Amino acid sequence: MRFRAKIVDLACLNHFSRIVNTIAKLAKTCILRLTVCKLYFILSDKVANGGASMWCELSQGNFFDEFQMEGAAAEHNEIYLELVPENLSRALKTAQNAKAVKIKLTNKHCPCLRVAVELPSLSSSSRIVTHDIPVGVIPRRMWNDFREPSVPDFDVSIYLPVLKTMKSVVERMKNLSNFIVIEANLNGEMNLKIETDLVSVTTHFKDLGNPPWASEDGCPSSAQGRDLESMTEACIDIKKLLQLLAGQQVNPTKALCNIVHKRVVHFILLHEEVSLQYFIPAVA
Amino acid sequence: MKCVIAGGNVKGERGLGPGERSVPAEPCLTPHTLSSSPVLGRAVHSLSRIGDELYLEPTESGLSLRAVNSSRSGFASFLFAPLFFQLYEPGSAGPETELFRCKVHMKSFLGIFRSLPSLEKSVGKCLILLKPRASRLVLQLHCKYGVTKTHNLAFQECERLQAVFDTQSCASHLCAPARLLADAVVHFPPMLAEVTLGTGPGGKISLRNYVEDEAEPSKTMVTELWLAEDEFQSVAVTPGSHITFCLKEFRGLLSFAEASNLPLTIHFDEPGRPMIFTLDDTVLEVHLVLATLSDLQSNSQSPSTNGVSHLPAPSDDFADDLESYMVAMETGEGDSERAPSPTFPLHTPWPAQREPEEEKEEEGAVPGTPPHKKFRSLFFGSVMTPGRPGVATTQEVLAEDSEGES
Repeated sequence: MRFRAKIVDLACLNHFSRIVNTIAKLAKTCILRLTVCKLYFILSDKVANGGASMWCELSQGNFFDEFQMEGAAAEHNEIYLELVPENLSRALKTAQNAKAVKIKLTNKHCPCLRVAVELPSLSSSSRIVTHDIPVGVIPRRMWNDFREPSVPDFDVSIYLPVLKTMKSVVERMKNLSNFIVIEANLNGEMNLKIETDLVSVTTHFKDLGNPPWASEDGCPSSAQGRDLESMTEACIDIKKLLQLLAGQQVNPTKALCNIVHKRVVHFILLHEEVSLQYFIPAVA
Repeated sequence: MKCVIAGGNVKGERGLGPGERSVPAEPCLTPHTLSSSPVLGRAVHSLSRIGDELYLEPTESGLSLRAVNSSRSGFASFLFAPLFFQLYEPGSAGPETELFRCKVHMKSFLGIFRSLPSLEKSVGKCLILLKPRASRLVLQLHCKYGVTKTHNLAFQECERLQAVFDTQSCASHLCAPARLLADAVVHFPPMLAEVTLGTGPGGKISLRNYVEDEAEPSKTMVTELWLAEDEFQSVAVTPGSHITFCLKEFRGLLSFAEASNLPLTIHFDEPGRPMIFTLDDTVLEVHLVLATLSDLQSNSQSPSTNGVSHLPAPSDDFADDLESYMVAMETGEGDSERAPSPTFPLHTPWPAQREPEEEKEEEGAVPGTPPHKKFRSLFFGSVMTPGRPGVATTQEVLAEDSEGES
């Protein structure tokens, strides 16, 4: 099993660092899956994470100048590592003006992802900082636990308003309640609601638009034939939602959510070659 | 004591002091006029990283601000020379009497200097007045638009806070611009307790986060940084040496050094011996003394490995010894012939000539809990004469003192 990669371009480095920061905000530990062309950050829906799960996918070619990997076996040319994304985020945080960042899988005392940062210095030689991030290598038989979640059979799919606006609304609502109801319809309307014994607050968004999901490629059909005006709702943990809104540094070009009535809210943030999916289960 | 500090770097106006002369009846009224309150403010910020109490010691050679941490493993002193102030009157010390010293709550003192940027903008002059008779330490900030802020702080009379150390006896010295070291420590997490400074091949200097014995190596991220020798102003380090010290206090000093744009000199010796950080300026002398982790397992540990250093657990009686050293920490040295400077020449071995009565007053100041880490007290090495690392001898002397008072 081998892995080594190098980033030289500063813009790529910063972009990668922002994605890792986002992941670090969403998950304490996660799985880093490496394939020849892609990297995935995966959080599976364990009860320990409050049932939330995450799937983040990026093409290595968009970030890395060098990327070599050799999986556990030729027919399964992949590597699954468990790591604390905060560690990776911290290692990259102080690499903002690095000349180069190398990431390498090593096994000296324990399996580690070694992040070696070459920093400019006043002297002839550069400053080298290495961070050995301990990782757990996930055995082949457990890979199935980390498969891509399928898009749920949603009732409504809708584009999200500007995330910053949504964040400031949810931030304030968080002071009032632990749960938030997200409801939307196929007419581009979405409401964020909190309801407590003392207060009910609703923020209405309209003209958001509903993404077209082609039905021919086996896509969800629950949305078909629905009354455009009727609302689908899900009540979710407000903290989980805020984690996503406040922690995301992906700056998505497209952000949407799919709601399965009273079951789950599925967020998708897209930015060029990066996609981040986040599932928050509804509470009863 | 009285002193006046100007808001900017107004040095030409020395001697222009308010007419408040020391009242003869007061044993010591030393008005201080600071000549650059932001510098003082930064010093207080830096000291606040160390202890909860700020010790003020007016001396003939300047105003000394000191602090010691709760486990007595860290000590810092900032000595502001009389030239730093527009006006500096340390008060009168007779042949019999000593200059008045006191300690104040760090929080209340720090509160006055909380916002450094606004201090820099608005304060024209700062007056510090110690009034032992009124039991007040008065801090007056003369701000823009004729606003005067007066803070009356309660203080406690105290013995002299003194760490004994000697930079000359340290085998290794490093001098670097504060910026270099500040850039180096940013790579370590803010909550990290200790780092290990070491030497490596090619004269490189390394910094690595210290991983505690108990910590699982598979859970801890290890960060290591290499700095080339030529980034330092001077390097005189015993090859293969390494030393582990607390980062928190060091960070505090670094932020001061960086803001003041002063080079920082690091003196260290074997693991377990105190490490001394110094900043020198014409009007300011800063010392930070930190206990270091003793490496009981010899120096075989290679600084370049990713491994965790496993040190044997400290023996039970070690904690007792430590406590006795800590007793030594705050006891005042009655011998007034010693120059009250923060550099403590080694040729005055101090513990022998201390009188037991002095320690009684300090009894309350001795913290009940020794540090859980295997840090040796600052005093540990300091009473040793160079070339004689007789640990047992030192322990004897200090243990005797603490027993004598009970």
